[in-house]
Amino acid sequence: MLSRVANSIYWMARYIERAENTARFVDVNLHLMLDGHVESKEQWEPLVIISGDHDVFKERYGAATKDNVINFLTFDTENPNSIISSVISARENARTVRDVISSEMWTQVNKFYYILLDAEKSGVALDTPYDFYNQVKLHSHLFIGTTDTTMSHGEAWHFDRLGRLLERADKTSRILDVKYFMLLPRVEDVGTPIDNIGWAALLNSASAFEMYRKKYRRITPTDVALFLILDLNFPRSIRYCLLKAQVSLHEITGTVIGTFTNKAERRLGRLRSDLDYANIDEIVSQGLHEFLNGFQTKLNGVGDAIFDTFFSLRQTEKDKKNIEVPQ
Amino acid sequence: MDFNNYHPEDFYDELFIAKGEPRPGTKILIDRLMSFPKGEILRRQKAAEAALFNMGVTFTVYSDESGIEKIFPFDILPRIIEPGDWEHIEKGLKQRIYALNLFIDDVYHDQKIIKDGIIPKDILYSSKCIQPQCMGLNPPKGIWCHITGSDLVRDSDGRFYVLEDNLRCPSGVSYVLENRQVLKRTFPLVFEKSNILPVDDYPNRLSRMLQFLAPDNVESPNIALLTPGIYNSAYFEHSFLAQQTGIELVEGNDLVVKDGFVYMRTTKGFERVDVIYRRIDDDFLDPLAFNPDSLLGVPGIMDVYKAGRLALANAPGTGVADDKVVYAYVPKIIKYYLDEDPILPNVPTYVCRDNKDREYVLNNLDKLVVKPANESGGYGMLMGTHSTAKERSEFTEKIKENPRNYIAQPTLSLSRVPVIVDDDHYEGRHVDLRPYALYGEDIYVMPGGLTRVALKKGSLVVNSSQGGGSKDTWVLSSLPK
Repeated sequence: MLSRVANSIYWMARYIERAENTARFVDVNLHLMLDGHVESKEQWEPLVIISGDHDVFKERYGAATKDNVINFLTFDTENPNSIISSVISARENARTVRDVISSEMWTQVNKFYYILLDAEKSGVALDTPYDFYNQVKLHSHLFIGTTDTTMSHGEAWHFDRLGRLLERADKTSRILDVKYFMLLPRVEDVGTPIDNIGWAALLNSASAFEMYRKKYRRITPTDVALFLILDLNFPRSIRYCLLKAQVSLHEITGTVIGTFTNKAERRLGRLRSDLDYANIDEIVSQGLHEFLNGFQTKLNGVGDAIFDTFFSLRQTEKDKKNIEVPQ
Repeated sequence: MDFNNYHPEDFYDELFIAKGEPRPGTKILIDRLMSFPKGEILRRQKAAEAALFNMGVTFTVYSDESGIEKIFPFDILPRIIEPGDWEHIEKGLKQRIYALNLFIDDVYHDQKIIKDGIIPKDILYSSKCIQPQCMGLNPPKGIWCHITGSDLVRDSDGRFYVLEDNLRCPSGVSYVLENRQVLKRTFPLVFEKSNILPVDDYPNRLSRMLQFLAPDNVESPNIALLTPGIYNSAYFEHSFLAQQTGIELVEGNDLVVKDGFVYMRTTKGFERVDVIYRRIDDDFLDPLAFNPDSLLGVPGIMDVYKAGRLALANAPGTGVADDKVVYAYVPKIIKYYLDEDPILPNVPTYVCRDNKDREYVLNNLDKLVVKPANESGGYGMLMGTHSTAKERSEFTEKIKENPRNYIAQPTLSLSRVPVIVDDDHYEGRHVDLRPYALYGEDIYVMPGGLTRVALKKGSLVVNSSQGGGSKDTWVLSSLPK
């Protein structure tokens, strides 16, 4: 498959996943706000900090009020990671590979885009935010479902899944990190209903609450972290994402898992086995935030290696000389 | 909304013989439309537009900084062509394309047609689209113009005329295929009862034609469609055709010349390409052979082509037969190479290079349509009957300055088809017809084509860049009993 095409599919999937997860960030905050858990003044700033665009935000918006943050993360086209920017990028990437994806996928990403345009005009995001952010999640799910059921599960599909799962692993780690910023429990709150509500909201924002409940009776910070980082079966847990991403990566190259022929396989394999043998108590005692930070850095390294291995095939100097064709 | 007040007036109407009297092939459709409850036709028009929008059959209009995406305006009333008319068109186009292919081959080889005094040498050599790099070239299977889309019009006498030939990169075929998809959903019952020839075979035929061009020793050729990229106005079509044919959609940067062959950059290294359906103009194809500033093309690709290791469709250099001055000679070209009279006539054409013609043109600018020899999209034209004195004097200067570059034709009274106007009634609007032909083992003319319609009242300009829309085109295999 063309390197450019593989690159576009990979990013198309990443951007759709990014839009969905940004909706999840906002959603968890909205829920917490309703429960009166944190004073709203401090509540919205962490979202901007986590997004990594804090300086840009401060310069353009000033105070991190609810409306400002929601607008910045949702409809601001100058924020490259806002929901609308992500969907625009996904759609532009989809456009360059329209011949490779199914027309159902294209129609779906197109609808997603128009729904956001309409929402921006109608102001629905601030009027009924729960419905709106649910819509965003739903449209991402529709896209993923359409992809799974209308596209051959060949190389292109594996690039799609690789992109999506790496993005999801990164974002799940960030959703956990929001908790670090916001819900750093005051000593007197630990184990109280207030603390529980916070962790439940966090689980909800990762659509993980019900699945968590089936596995654990009580909501404890350690178990929540265990579930979202190391669970083997939950599709948004970091470890699950890496496991399946690795399967896709090796389907693409044809190399047996456990061995490697390039930098991407080596880095992803190492990161995955780190998690395979990780222990949640060690992670917590080391500091959740520090762990997640380190993880995100290593994951970026995997992304870079994928770019170098598959997307940046260069013409060598020797090739350039060979342009003169023998007649 | 009904046809009780619809009047064809003095024009040839494609659906009606006279007021209240639909043509034989149209009756089923009109009866069906008349049976709709109030508002139903409009509901279906809106549903069709929504379908096209969601399918992303859009082009971008840059009126301010952010482009607005719009669908190519579409009117759900089809244009219907009866079997006899179509047979005539099909035969005429095949004849024309055979002859033009022989002509192009002659131009780049012996130039017998010049030696025999049929076309003046200077006309050919002053054509903007002649490619000296193609002299002596032998394209695979001897075919130059693999894909053509000639524009036909029907005058008030009911006869079809060829208005111009497009032998470079004619576009629009994707709209034909998408329009048909939408119309099948819009009028399923009418489709069931009428004998409408399918257009859906086009992608399959295109793919077979491209495979036929591959170098003989290649068993399963790699075929690619070369596009300028997503910012090109025809990008939708490029991706659509690649998707429908299963060929690889590539940009210039995806290709590289290496060891005498053309390769694509893939996730598993370099992969050879044998046939390229290129949708970029000659000038941008190869910066080493043509325009050195082109970033869209592939350096060295012409050398691979000349060495016979790659097929290109269409071949470079075909534009010489597109030239509107050369167009005026096509009847003579057909006679010269095939010894036949043209089946489809040309629109009478005055060549401004010719002193007598030029004098006539300059004295009758208010009655004529003046066209530059090498523009497309309806740009740079003078519509004499709608022109101001200022425009006419500008064109007088232009023609005197560069007579070679202008031709003129009488203002035709293009045929009309009813369209929905203001959401509440039907009015006749002028149309043309662009059928698409593929030249591989044989010539295939897709039964149908793009009917472009001038949506502005009284307008004769159908180009999408000038406010034109499109309609589905039904070719009937037989008339209803």
